[in-house]
Amino acid sequence: MQTVDPKDLAAFEADADAWFKENVVRDPGFMLPLTFMEVGTDQQFNFLRDWQNKVYDAGYLGAAWPKAYGGGGLHQDFQNAATRAMRRHHGPIMLNAIGLNWTGPLLLDMGSETHKMTHLKGILSAEDIWCQGFSEPGNGSDLGNAQTQAVRDGDHYVVNGSKIWTTLGRYAKYMILLARTDATTPKKYDGLSFFLAPMKIPGVETNPIRKLTGEHGFTQTFFTDARIPATGLMGVEGGGWKVAMRTLEFERGARGGQAGGYVAVGSNAFDVLDLARRMTRSGKPVLEDPQVADQMVEFLMEIQALSLNGQRTQVPNLVADHPQGIPLASKLMGTEMSRRLNEFAIRLTGARGAYYVGESEAVDQGIWARAYLNSFSATIGGGTSQIQANIVGEHVLGLPKS
Amino acid sequence: MQDLGRIGFSEDQAVMLDVATDFCLQRSPVSIVRRLMEDELGHDPAVWKEMGELGWLGVAIPEAFGGSGLSLAEVVPMVEQMGRRLMSGPFISTTLAAQALVVGGTEAQKLEILPRLAEGTAATVALAEPDFDWEPDTVACQAQDAGDGSLILSGRKVLVGDAGLASWIIASVRYRNSPALLLIARSALPDGALRRETVIDETRRSFALDLDGVKVAKDDLLDLDLAGTTLMHLHLAANLLGAADMVGGTQSCIDYTVDYLKTRTQFGRLIGSYQALKHPIVDAYCKYEQARSHLYAAANCFGEQGVGEIAVRMAKAAADKAYSFAADRAIQFHGGFGFTFDCDAQLYRRRAIWHAANHGDAGFHKAKLAKLLF
Repeated sequence: MQTVDPKDLAAFEADADAWFKENVVRDPGFMLPLTFMEVGTDQQFNFLRDWQNKVYDAGYLGAAWPKAYGGGGLHQDFQNAATRAMRRHHGPIMLNAIGLNWTGPLLLDMGSETHKMTHLKGILSAEDIWCQGFSEPGNGSDLGNAQTQAVRDGDHYVVNGSKIWTTLGRYAKYMILLARTDATTPKKYDGLSFFLAPMKIPGVETNPIRKLTGEHGFTQTFFTDARIPATGLMGVEGGGWKVAMRTLEFERGARGGQAGGYVAVGSNAFDVLDLARRMTRSGKPVLEDPQVADQMVEFLMEIQALSLNGQRTQVPNLVADHPQGIPLASKLMGTEMSRRLNEFAIRLTGARGAYYVGESEAVDQGIWARAYLNSFSATIGGGTSQIQANIVGEHVLGLPKS
Repeated sequence: MQDLGRIGFSEDQAVMLDVATDFCLQRSPVSIVRRLMEDELGHDPAVWKEMGELGWLGVAIPEAFGGSGLSLAEVVPMVEQMGRRLMSGPFISTTLAAQALVVGGTEAQKLEILPRLAEGTAATVALAEPDFDWEPDTVACQAQDAGDGSLILSGRKVLVGDAGLASWIIASVRYRNSPALLLIARSALPDGALRRETVIDETRRSFALDLDGVKVAKDDLLDLDLAGTTLMHLHLAANLLGAADMVGGTQSCIDYTVDYLKTRTQFGRLIGSYQALKHPIVDAYCKYEQARSHLYAAANCFGEQGVGEIAVRMAKAAADKAYSFAADRAIQFHGGFGFTFDCDAQLYRRRAIWHAANHGDAGFHKAKLAKLLF
């Protein structure tokens, strides 16, 4: 581990601070997505792609990834400082989430030299947008049962089947794809392989899916005799489950190495506190209602606990009984809190809770209603909360499988 | 974003956590806990003596007064491990009495009493009164000048922990219309002044204290100028240590229930494979981890102006919610056995209620937090 000179770090953070202050555009004249799963229009997409590219160019994204692959080659503390500056100045989200947070660290962790050289820089610059092909219409939580087929044919695999909930599917150049290369293995997991698959090829079609919010955030992806190069195979044929599980650890934040920045904003309890301070009920500030005050305090305690949990994982003595407990439970705790917090926010707006995005009378352009509906993407995607509870119960507490 | 406290962990805390984890596991198996519940004394004097010899009672007492000069941050992991093993005895009471003197005692009192407490002489604090209010400065008991340089006391204290063992009781009183703290030697109490209360946590010993007619010297008043500060300090210290005991208890309560879910079979399956049982115990576990994070942030920030109070109140509120839920579900998930006295789930449930009732429950502290934060 490199040592960090606090003076260097402070100077870097001051520079980052000045840069974000100068460059953040808070209101581009249209509504910006709160998460990478909500990019619904070309206007939003183009804005966010330019923004990520600009942040990367300035050296504030991928600062801790190796230089050889397009990163900054600095200690993680520097990237963390840049991310803090981004947050302080309310920078828009990083667009290429699946590349930055899941594929990138996965490649750095277990990818071949060729994979790293080919893909990492394009992930950081947002030139290559990535999507994920795990869930299928018939297999969501039961990921190990994936049925999309990949059959070896010379130096290609021929893919048939369908993937669903493909975030950024319309825009993606590559997909991390989990497909079945062998349907005859005694254990279903042993027949799966993991590919870095091109999207802009014949036989790959994306159909937009309309979400509960009314927007088009992701697609269903259809493969019809799509030929993907065999060089995209990660690890060995039949070894895909292990790679997919590692990917989920990155996705769920149980393992570090992400490029930095953030890919979602808006579930901060302090923002909701700010909302509460603006709202009234029965002619009085809503926070004077003891029940509302009690709930608001609980949310502040909860968000504080999640932040403290993160700090505590840095103290081995204080996580000795279950070293993996907090990392494995953090998705469950964080996404469920966010869902409840957004629902609470709608209630704070009183009668105007009836309004939705597009209504001029809606509080804060209706973001609370939309944020609540969108919050289910996180409690369902990446493994539902119920699956997460099984994981924590079985892998942390040692309970028998359900 | 407002600073609500942060985690820090000292070398000394790490040592205390290690030592206390082993000690409490060895000295307080549940068979002993249950034996001591039936015992009038309520604790094992040999274990108490050992704690004194190990210097545990002096951890947060300055070196000048016979302690090791650390702080309550180092006491927290010890109390956490005691709570984990449902340990009994006057450790918390004695620690609070020492804190009263450290913060608000006169130099003479500190020199005389603190070294004795550091060695393991038991003491306690008497704060609650028959109005059963959690506010630290609503005091009705009176101390009045008797004319001969002594003070005559009146009124009644309740929920005085471990008073039967204590050599000294530090009581809050009203003196010349202001709250004050007073050092009372138990030997100065007339017969019958202490009545053992029947309390929900049978591992605890708690007393009502009748102060009517008790006479003490005026020198036994703690520093009058510091009374308000000291009362607030005691309130927060009591809640910090209560939270520590609760967090430890929550952990073993969950472990105890998980063990049962892993061994009990119904309908041909281990009951822990049923999600109706698995998911709530995971909820309990998540609440526990959050409460423990709050606890160690409170321990770390205890002395900080403003942030310390916020962190302690959050810690106690989180511990109450976590312990109450875990212990409530522990009873339910043990089924018929859970309804019996022999099942340990009731021990945890009763202790959780005991702590919620002492020095403020989650609702009380959240109401205070609303005032501090909004």
